[in-house]
Amino acid sequence: MGNPMKIRAAVADSVTEVKILMQHEMETGLRKDADGVLVPAWFIMEVKAQYQGRTVFEAQFAQSVSKNPYLVFRFKGGDAGEKITVSWVDNKGDSRSDEAMIAA
Amino acid sequence: MMNAKYMLGVALTTVVMTAPVEAGTVDLDAKTIEIIKRDFQDKGIAKADRVNQDELQATCSKYVDKLPDKIKSQLEAGQMKSIKWPSDGKYIGDWKAGEILAQSGKGMTWSDKADEPAGGNCYNCHQLSSKEIAYGTIGPSLLHYGKTRGNGVDIQRYTYGRVYNAKAYSACANMPRFGHMGILTEAQIKDLVALLLDPESPVNK
Amino acid sequence: MEIAIISPSLSWGEQMNISKVSTIILVSALMTNYSSHVIAAEGDVSDSERIAQYREMISDGNPADFDEMAGEELWKKVAGPKQASLEKCDLGKGAGVVKGAYAELPRYFKDTDKVQDLESRLMTCMTTMQGIPEAEIISHPFNTEKNKSDITELATYVVGQSKGIKMAVSIDHPKEKEAYEIGKRIFDYRAGPYDFACSTCHGTSHVRIRMQDLANLKVKKDAQAAYVSWPAYRVSQGLTRSFQWRLNDCFRQQRFPEPKFASEVTVDLTMFLAVSANGAEYAGPGLKR
Repeated sequence: MGNPMKIRAAVADSVTEVKILMQHEMETGLRKDADGVLVPAWFIMEVKAQYQGRTVFEAQFAQSVSKNPYLVFRFKGGDAGEKITVSWVDNKGDSRSDEAMIAA
Repeated sequence: MMNAKYMLGVALTTVVMTAPVEAGTVDLDAKTIEIIKRDFQDKGIAKADRVNQDELQATCSKYVDKLPDKIKSQLEAGQMKSIKWPSDGKYIGDWKAGEILAQSGKGMTWSDKADEPAGGNCYNCHQLSSKEIAYGTIGPSLLHYGKTRGNGVDIQRYTYGRVYNAKAYSACANMPRFGHMGILTEAQIKDLVALLLDPESPVNK
Repeated sequence: MEIAIISPSLSWGEQMNISKVSTIILVSALMTNYSSHVIAAEGDVSDSERIAQYREMISDGNPADFDEMAGEELWKKVAGPKQASLEKCDLGKGAGVVKGAYAELPRYFKDTDKVQDLESRLMTCMTTMQGIPEAEIISHPFNTEKNKSDITELATYVVGQSKGIKMAVSIDHPKEKEAYEIGKRIFDYRAGPYDFACSTCHGTSHVRIRMQDLANLKVKKDAQAAYVSWPAYRVSQGLTRSFQWRLNDCFRQQRFPEPKFASEVTVDLTMFLAVSANGAEYAGPGLKR
């Protein structure tokens, strides 16, 4: 299980805005450490956000996304007090899922 | 050597330094120094006494960009006198080691270790090798330094002196006094001279 | 940047089609963004201009939002031995008034009889109202990867409440004027093994250190642009950095010893820089490399 995400979601005028800060090293696989050894690639590949059983956001990340990715997206609908779930899977097969309550 | 000229110079400098620039600003200058001395603390290798200025630092701080020519010359002469030239009379080291030094920004900060050799920080301010594009522009470009000046003994000595104590040539220059302040060793400075003067160095290609 | 607007009331099948369409719209939008910024031939656009374009493109989302939210929670949270919140803290515009407060700091405070910057004033409130020992606050002044700093989070929240407001720092009070004058002198104070002052790097226009353009903080336009962008989220460090941190790290690179957190030397220097920024719209918390 990866490191916890920070998620804030708030609805206004029937549009819910979701902000996510992920904690992940996001190594490109091209970087060399202090001893000159290549640091293996390690990055989030897929991000998914679900609301009431439906996928409201989906993305495929790759090496170009930097460490601790920050994401903002909006979707139509969403009710205050309901939960939104965000999850990711990385190239090593590790995953993380967190949820947040939509604020008014 | 305490000859009359030197003593007159010191006396003049002292008189000019203590004369207020504007009425009522002496208090503020003194208060500034008082606050600085009180509000800094030791951290790692950076000890609090570093805020104590030497004569040159105090003079340059006081005059900012209005340094009178006479004082400028006096400061430069004083600095030149204090340069420790290489004991073997040789100025050129290894340019390859010099390039590594020029690229390194290490040394002297409170996050550096006391036993780690310092770098020259050269690329922070200067262009040097034709191959390096990540260079600063605080100082003049040194590209083709040796190519344009030749590399006779007089240029070698001049270059060594400039790196050892830049203030001997320009009293309030931005460049640190790498030898005078013990930042770089004699051998390291020789490597930088080689980087600048050796025809095989990428600086001269 | 809009990613996709998907209505949860549609069926799964319909949603899949919409997401395909949205992806196409998204990709075209991105491509339009690129071409509208005229990324043409090499040499047409300077490196500085490209960096400015990059900053514009990423400016609609900032991880510092989370630090702002955390700071707001801390402002309202009952804490410390005195079990009080900071909601009655006076940042200069009256007890509890946060909006616009940062645009007028540093300033003179009657109750402490001194000029204070934001962090110094937050410390006053945290110690007097909440009873939190000053030593405790000073022991963790800046964010680290493992541990956020309460005072940095609080500062990030407060500065966010001045976003869009013009900097209006006064030097009417004699102590404010004095702080400004001393700050100006600190700026040119050369010391340490490198003989560096702030002005060594920040006293000349149109120069850079390595590839980082340097603001000439003696020139109003540069001083304004620089000052209103701090505190900021530093992408390369993955953390939000306060103005006290910025001064601290400058002194480190100048080869100085460490300035005491929120001490008079830092407040006076901040006063000098903040006054230089007067008239500019405060833009923080910012986002930096």
